Amino acid sequence: MYPKNYLYTKEHEWARVEEDVCVLGITHFAQDELGEVVFVELPEVGQSFEANDEIGTIESVKAVAEVFTPVSGEVIEVNGALSDDPERVNRDPHGEGWLVKMKIRQAGELEDLMSAEEYESFAAGSG
Amino acid sequence: MTEKLRHTPLHDAHVRAGAKLVEFAGWRMPVQYSGLIEEHRAVRAAAGLFDVSHMGEVRVAGEGAEAFLQRMTPNDVAKLRPGRAHYSALLTAEGTYVDDLLVYNLGDGEYLLVVNAANAAADYRWLAEHAGSAAGVEVEDVSDEYALLALQGPSAPQVLRGLTDVALAEVKRYGFARGRVDGAEAIVSRTGYTGEDGFEIYAAPRDAEGIWEALLEAGRPAGLVPAGLGARDTLRLEAAMALYGHEIDRTTTPFEAGLDWTVKLEKGDFVGREALVARREAGLERRLVGFEVTGRGIARHDHEVVADGEAVGRVTSGTWSPTFEKALGMAYVPVALAATGTRLEIRWKQRSLEARVVDLPFYRKG
Repeated sequence: MYPKNYLYTKEHEWARVEEDVCVLGITHFAQDELGEVVFVELPEVGQSFEANDEIGTIESVKAVAEVFTPVSGEVIEVNGALSDDPERVNRDPHGEGWLVKMKIRQAGELEDLMSAEEYESFAAGSG
Repeated sequence: MTEKLRHTPLHDAHVRAGAKLVEFAGWRMPVQYSGLIEEHRAVRAAAGLFDVSHMGEVRVAGEGAEAFLQRMTPNDVAKLRPGRAHYSALLTAEGTYVDDLLVYNLGDGEYLLVVNAANAAADYRWLAEHAGSAAGVEVEDVSDEYALLALQGPSAPQVLRGLTDVALAEVKRYGFARGRVDGAEAIVSRTGYTGEDGFEIYAAPRDAEGIWEALLEAGRPAGLVPAGLGARDTLRLEAAMALYGHEIDRTTTPFEAGLDWTVKLEKGDFVGREALVARREAGLERRLVGFEVTGRGIARHDHEVVADGEAVGRVTSGTWSPTFEKALGMAYVPVALAATGTRLEIRWKQRSLEARVVDLPFYRKG
């Protein structure tokens, strides 16, 4: 269910590190809790954030979820396909439903995140 | 959570159907099965089946029952014939809502009040206290005697017809009849909370699962699906039906909520009447309006309505509408901002959304 090469946050987000870039998304658990996603609001390319800043929101019919970045850095790409097809977040949360790519400023921040195994038991306890 | 959640008689059927179950008003209830949007659209296009057994029922009976309900509710119970139901309320002395409810006239001085799950215990106490030692009035909480299934949507009559001996064509909107559904005794009522044609079926808890499964089986070819509280909320919002704790509560009156038609001031005295007369003379300060969001985003319950930088009102309900594919909601605003077409600004935290007042209901069945 949860890719082994990803890292996970307590906010039910995932991070995939590709050299100095971190791809962010929400987890299967998070999309399942939200239900069908109808709006995704993402930051602008070029915006800079500190770790734990809110960078966007995901709205389903019945709820809204804030998206936080686990790392400090600059947004270098956002998933533009989500504005026309927000349900990608439901269909493929760990793949095509990715949200943003951040240029990592301090790699050390990633050390606090959970492994897939740790996250799986964390999510099981959140249900 | 330490509180033990109550289960409806259909709980195991929901689990088997793969429903997502959530806590609602002290009950463990299905919020969705296949998906909220799909369930919502099935109800508009064909039919959906809801378990609403968490609703409370209070029986009021005796030779004094009619006079008692005339005093306790603002609608005119004297005009409610046996075999008919009407929408009404329990009001405080200030004319605000203790709850909203349906009153069924079962005949022979017997009435059934159907109330919100969250308020059921308080409603029963309210009624029992007011009945006090009044002669000829019995008030009884009979919530445990009824399971309640709502079969809603344009295909509802076709689905139910083969499973009941009730002549459905003779049961008009807000009418009901006693009969059998899938062989079990039931009250079949042409009521609902979706803006569609449909029925609410009151049955004994032990018969609920059989009726539920039989309806789903019989209705499958017609497109009937089980539907959860999530779709129930978006459906009722499109139909602009009030939800307790949102559009109505102990701070709001029927006039502000646009429910004037449930208040019959000319019928004689009732709890809250004096306050409502005074409010009518003073004029309304605020009104419930419908709005559509013109910007990107969804307004939600408790977001502020802002004018010239000041909070002047509050969103009571808001959602993304599966029928209209845009964000809709209802809000209390000062009467000066209540006209159709008025631009509203809605704010929460640091965000702001543009909206426009539109006529209610959003959805009216074709």
